[in-house]
Amino acid sequence: MMFDRRLLQNFDWILLLLLVFIGSISVINLYSATFPIRDAGGTQILIKQIYWYLMGFAVLLMMTTFDYHVLERLAWPIYLFSISLLVLVLIVGKVSSGGQRWLSLGVINFQPSELAKISIVIILSQFFSTHGEYADYRLRDLWQPFLLILVPCLLIADEPDLGSALVLAIVAFSIILIMKIRWWSLIFLIVTISSAVPFIWFNLKEYQKKRIFTFLNPEGDPLGAGYHIIQSKIAVGSGLLGGKGFLKGTQTRLHFLPEQHTDFAFSVWAEEWGFFGSIFLLTLYLFLILWGINIAKNSKDKFGSLLAVGITAIVFWQAVINVCMTIGLMPVVGIPLVLFSYGGSSILSTMLGMGILMNISMRRFMFQ
Amino acid sequence: MSSSGFDQVSVETLNRRLFFVTIFVFVIFSMLVFRLWFLQAINGQKYRTQSENNRTHLQKIAPYRGLILDRNGELLVDNLPAYDLYINPEGIQDQEQLLKALKKLINLDPEEVRKKLNKESGKYSFQSVLIKKNMSRRELAIIETNRFNLPGVDPPQRSSQRSYLYGSFAAHVIGYLGEINEKELGGGQYPDSAPGDYIGKYGVEGKWQKELNGAKGEKQVEVDAAGRQLQVISKTAPVSGQNISLTIDKKLQVSAEAMLKDKTGAIVAMDPSNGDILAMASSPSFDPNVFITGIDKTEWQRLTSGTDSPLQSRAISGQYPPGSVFKIVMALAGLEEGVITPEESVLCTGTYDFGNRPYHCWAAGGHGMVNLHRALRESCDVYFYKLGRKLGIEKIAYYAKMCGLGQKTEIVLDSETSGLIPDNEWKLKRFGVAWQPGETISTSIGQSYVSVTPIQVARLISIIFNGGKVYQPKLVKWIGSEKDKSHSEPVLLKDLKVDKKNLELIKSGLTAAVNEPGGTGYSARLKTVTVAGKTGTAQVVTREKEKELKSRSESPDSYKDHAWFVGIAPVETPKIAVAVIIEHGGHGGSAAAPFARDLIKQYLGIDQEPDAPISQDTAGSLEAD
Repeated sequence: MMFDRRLLQNFDWILLLLLVFIGSISVINLYSATFPIRDAGGTQILIKQIYWYLMGFAVLLMMTTFDYHVLERLAWPIYLFSISLLVLVLIVGKVSSGGQRWLSLGVINFQPSELAKISIVIILSQFFSTHGEYADYRLRDLWQPFLLILVPCLLIADEPDLGSALVLAIVAFSIILIMKIRWWSLIFLIVTISSAVPFIWFNLKEYQKKRIFTFLNPEGDPLGAGYHIIQSKIAVGSGLLGGKGFLKGTQTRLHFLPEQHTDFAFSVWAEEWGFFGSIFLLTLYLFLILWGINIAKNSKDKFGSLLAVGITAIVFWQAVINVCMTIGLMPVVGIPLVLFSYGGSSILSTMLGMGILMNISMRRFMFQ
Repeated sequence: MSSSGFDQVSVETLNRRLFFVTIFVFVIFSMLVFRLWFLQAINGQKYRTQSENNRTHLQKIAPYRGLILDRNGELLVDNLPAYDLYINPEGIQDQEQLLKALKKLINLDPEEVRKKLNKESGKYSFQSVLIKKNMSRRELAIIETNRFNLPGVDPPQRSSQRSYLYGSFAAHVIGYLGEINEKELGGGQYPDSAPGDYIGKYGVEGKWQKELNGAKGEKQVEVDAAGRQLQVISKTAPVSGQNISLTIDKKLQVSAEAMLKDKTGAIVAMDPSNGDILAMASSPSFDPNVFITGIDKTEWQRLTSGTDSPLQSRAISGQYPPGSVFKIVMALAGLEEGVITPEESVLCTGTYDFGNRPYHCWAAGGHGMVNLHRALRESCDVYFYKLGRKLGIEKIAYYAKMCGLGQKTEIVLDSETSGLIPDNEWKLKRFGVAWQPGETISTSIGQSYVSVTPIQVARLISIIFNGGKVYQPKLVKWIGSEKDKSHSEPVLLKDLKVDKKNLELIKSGLTAAVNEPGGTGYSARLKTVTVAGKTGTAQVVTREKEKELKSRSESPDSYKDHAWFVGIAPVETPKIAVAVIIEHGGHGGSAAAPFARDLIKQYLGIDQEPDAPISQDTAGSLEAD
């Protein structure tokens, strides 16, 4: 394939700018979150995050060098590869904080569930772009996609990492819903899932049940399980409108806030920058998501369009779940704030997804 | 390129669906914004307060308790540095081993320590827990030398411990401190107090708790989630308590207590000119230090429920029949009412018959012709029987109460009792029977139902010699500094409207009782200073019963009479009045009067004077009533 000048002309500067913006804020916020422990590993955390982001942008650029339709052909190999990683992690994975979720790759501990989210989006996009037109699907048309979703979901839930399994399922169903299912099929689906709830409940681990109980009544155990939710709400609420100021968040500085550089990074931001700062950050995410939808809209083929929607859904759902968790609208499920929390695995895989999105955006005029 | 482009219809369909997706995204984000508005704007202040409470920890700083001094500024109660044992739960390596070691080294109950550690460590793991207050020097030394073997034990922390320098010295006046109890915490009387605080529970310590205690300081410290103290945010220094100077004269008090050693009784010395209490001793006594270092149950029971009740201050709450001391009141009543004149004489044959019953004079052979002067000097019972008959109980009661008997003296200590001056109304109420004339006769010599406290008696003689002024007895000379005059001003409760001439007649009789041969208080006399006084013998059992027991030689000490003496000196310008009661001491003239004499001698600074020899011809009067 010859180098096409249009590629450079169509480079999506807005997407890049949004990512640079969010990335910079993430680093600023991480500086505050790790400030009190700067001599005890905090500075390393900050430096690593900057590295992840630099690597992330490199990955993003790499993902634009080929035509994204290659992914359509490679959908199955990618899917099978990510499934095998999920199996591998159950065998040789590193155990930490209650789950076997990590594969150690020397410099980086990698979470295969992150890759699984992207691979399910690719394979579903491939499935729906090759199977028929935009018609109302019946359930019997969908057994294949359901199976594709179910396998990674069960594997991830078995680690156990219920939060990631949940995100994967929601993202996948978002794509299916875009494809439009018949009403009767949808109702049948909802009824089936609802009736499965008790079954799922009895198969939950003790700490998972506790989290749900705690979410329903955090004050019931303020020093134990409810501590995270209570302290996070205090951190967010005490920010008032203008925030306590950079490095001045007492909940953060004095460690009342748990997991402050990962799961509760948003609470750190909300405490120090207040309501206006929180709105500012949420607006950046909103722009990113609307831009993703816009890319899907402008894509000239079904595969690219679905791929863009799927990748945008990954960002959207993870962001919403995390923020809901920190402001007490959802149980604590251990989902970091995508692109904002500390974590190489999450940033690299998200930037990989953003690279695909950029790829689709750059090639929107290819068929003119 | 495997797939072809969209056809028009598909693009439109997809665009419509993505439009709904966009709306959905907006709805979700609006929800997040509303929630943030709810948390940060509507409920923000609540969460701000909670975050402040999270990070700050208020520590109270104990004030330095005021010292207690005697009237000359000599230190009686001090604060000594003390050391408290704290354990930091974070530092403990093996709790069981630590508990065992503490049990072995300083005999700490392992269960108690475990309870304290469990109770406190729920809050902050980094905060040390108070295990034992006021370690003894020995315990401190043991802990200090073994601390490297006791991981978790903090370096002993310095605090302040109340110290009663002379042990049981003036214990009933000074009182003691004790740990505040739940009732006191809830009562609102000690608003600044927290569990574990020590407050004054009795005596001056209790009555002037507020002044002595001062006010606590406060330190706001910033703590992290683990309870580590990071910095002091603000600090208010505590306000030290005020020192209190008592009216008590230390040397006089020491002497009074030495006199009561191994006896049961009380001594009150008072300045007749203003009501200052110079000495107030009660025996048996107690050591207030035991309440500080910790008191066990058996010790507490011994102090509170023993028959000799050491915690009771006999000087202000011991109620005794006044015996012949009451004749002072009788004389005043007789003269004021005009039923007797100083010249008028009465025949004493040794008995006075009334209603088929003989009332005996203590002098079995009788005194012969007796006028007021002689009646007071020799304490003739028959003279006063007859006077009592003339006055009647209501008049007697009126004058007794006027002189402050049977009523609280209003000394500020809590445990004061009033004693009792009976009359017809009282008897009807108490027994439902009318007053019997025979009872008036017993009352005339201070027996039957009448009872008084030693402090009332000391004030009675003061009233006679200071011209009828009834002062409130005072214990505090100044509070805060010597410049404080508000507490030293005498408080005049009543100025009696009595004829000064009548007072002179009684004074002369009481002076004769000490200084003239045949006087019952002869053993209280001094060469250089004129002492006046009155003896008394408070009967524990009736004379008849006593005789009966004597005849069967079955007279245990508990049936022996209480010995009274009340004296005052110098007669011309009285400086000290002393009341002495020795329970089961026998006769006032021999068992009580010498103590009063010695205290007067010491207080007036005439130590050098040799004791007046007791001559043969007056020895008999020592046995007198």
